[in-house]
Amino acid sequence: MKFTKLVSALMLSGLLAACSPDNVKDNQAGMDENQQGSNESVDGAQTSGINGGGAEGGTALNGAVVSYDKAAINDANNVLAEKVVYFEYDSDQISQDYQELIAHHGKYLAANSDMSVRLEGHADERGSREYNVALANRRAQSVRRLVLFQGVNAEQVSVISYGEEKPVALAHDDESWQLNRRVELVYEAR
Amino acid sequence: MLVNWHRIRERKFTAKPGFLTMFFLLFFTSQSVQSELRVEITKGADGAVPIAIVPFEITGQATQLSKVSDIVAADLKRSGKFAPIEKSKLIATPKDLEEVNYKLWRVAGIDHLVIGKLNVIKPNQYEVSFRLLDVFKGVQVLGYQFPANDHSLRRISHHISDLIYESITGQKGAFDTKIAYVTAERKQGMQPAYKLQVADTDGYNSQTVLNSTQPIMSPSWSPDGSKLAYVSFEKRKSEIYVQNLFSQKREKVSTYKGINGAPVWSPNGKKLALTLSKGGNPDIYVLSLETKKLKQITKHWGIDTEPTWTPDGSEIVFTSSRSGKPQIYRVPAKGGLAKRLTFDGKYNASPEVSSDGRTLVYVQGEGNTFRITSMDLQSGFVQVLTDGPLDESPSFAPNGSMVLYASTDKFKGVLAAVSTDGRFKQKLVLSEGDVREPTWGPFRK
Repeated sequence: MKFTKLVSALMLSGLLAACSPDNVKDNQAGMDENQQGSNESVDGAQTSGINGGGAEGGTALNGAVVSYDKAAINDANNVLAEKVVYFEYDSDQISQDYQELIAHHGKYLAANSDMSVRLEGHADERGSREYNVALANRRAQSVRRLVLFQGVNAEQVSVISYGEEKPVALAHDDESWQLNRRVELVYEAR
Repeated sequence: MLVNWHRIRERKFTAKPGFLTMFFLLFFTSQSVQSELRVEITKGADGAVPIAIVPFEITGQATQLSKVSDIVAADLKRSGKFAPIEKSKLIATPKDLEEVNYKLWRVAGIDHLVIGKLNVIKPNQYEVSFRLLDVFKGVQVLGYQFPANDHSLRRISHHISDLIYESITGQKGAFDTKIAYVTAERKQGMQPAYKLQVADTDGYNSQTVLNSTQPIMSPSWSPDGSKLAYVSFEKRKSEIYVQNLFSQKREKVSTYKGINGAPVWSPNGKKLALTLSKGGNPDIYVLSLETKKLKQITKHWGIDTEPTWTPDGSEIVFTSSRSGKPQIYRVPAKGGLAKRLTFDGKYNASPEVSSDGRTLVYVQGEGNTFRITSMDLQSGFVQVLTDGPLDESPSFAPNGSMVLYASTDKFKGVLAAVSTDGRFKQKLVLSEGDVREPTWGPFRK
């Protein structure tokens, strides 16, 4: 599928590969207590980003642009355009490809401390609902650890788990289930 | 008209006088009636007891509400324990005791006969009476008379069903109780609509107690039936609320960082067991609703969630992934060592214990098939009750006779119920949208 291919050709981060999500222990932080009801992704917001400090210019082998300029988050050709991480059934393990994708997002957040991301964890419909909330929470936490690994301020990252309550595909089959087992990275200006 | 009313014990509801009034005040003034649930019996039971329910005689002005005997017949049929005779096949339609020819019914093999009357005194003022007769002995077993109005007539009909059910089976009836559930409607180009609803056990009188564009989860009844605890994502994070169904007032009781999930009332109504991930990982906690003090019950790196209480309140049964896959465990409600309860299958979750403490129901997953399963807690005997493929959220009727659960019907979430022995099944289908997470309310006090 497209989202796996997209990042497969990107350069490896050796450090990242050695980092098993389960071995990282930290306290959850950064839950935005005062966040109000209707905040949607501000992907389309026209915040001004004049300098893109810390950005690594370049082009991935598959043509995706690697840039951590502030506006890069809205660039459909940038590697950061991919904002969903997918998972195997009943698992919170992040595949190699997605570790790389998350590293790019981590670097972007580290370079743009005025941006924050909400990690929304989801599960497919199989199994019980509250267990799926817990499972999807673990998925989002796994992504969070990898984001923080890039030196991101914990307050830039919040986590919410919706379990199986917000599917993107509604059929009761493998294809839908695969699309629903995900963590969405929703960016906001701080 | 000569009626032996002296044989009918005059009796009103056992509820406190104010309760009934208050109840209907809520359920008939809060919201307009929602799309109703439709009941389909999907698997009949062998050995259901034949019972003849003669259509009640209506005196005075008949109204559309004059269907007491139909409601009673439908209730008894839904229990799976009775096979009411079709109206067209009744061999006689006696209205009074004097008209009953016991011999005739005996020959027809009918053991139980119900006759009754609905007297319309004036619009919105009725008098309902019924008698349950033992055909074999040729005697009246029960006889009651109730005052009623448009609003209370359905409830009184369910109460009559309860009285008949208890008299014949020896088990308290659960027809005059409520169920709560969550509905979700997604329409193209529109915000999804989530609703927390409460309805009669036959799907009538559904009322919305909460509307939201964000998910609502895990409703739990207070033991006195006056409140619901639930999870709401309305603030774009999970929070637990306790809502009074009469005043409609609600209180936010848990809004910790991370997961606030799976609230379940303790049997004495003073505490909530719940799941919090504020410690970095989902664990079971107990929150005192009086002191607001929080006590951590489990502490494990795995997922611990879906707590439920044993009926004596001494233990909490919950789902844990500590063995690698979800399995069901029990732990003292004051904290302590958790013991594993389920060993069959790779996926066992969402437990609930019957009110007599003997039976555990839960979801068992096998590949892509998830079925409601029961376990006898003494013998360990396991029985799969439903066929799946995506059954979840089992909830016992307060008398333990049926298990209500969520199922799928093609592309729609539906509610279903199965008798505790697995022999009788029914489906409750909502006309629009998904319906899920049913929870059966307590006996009316």
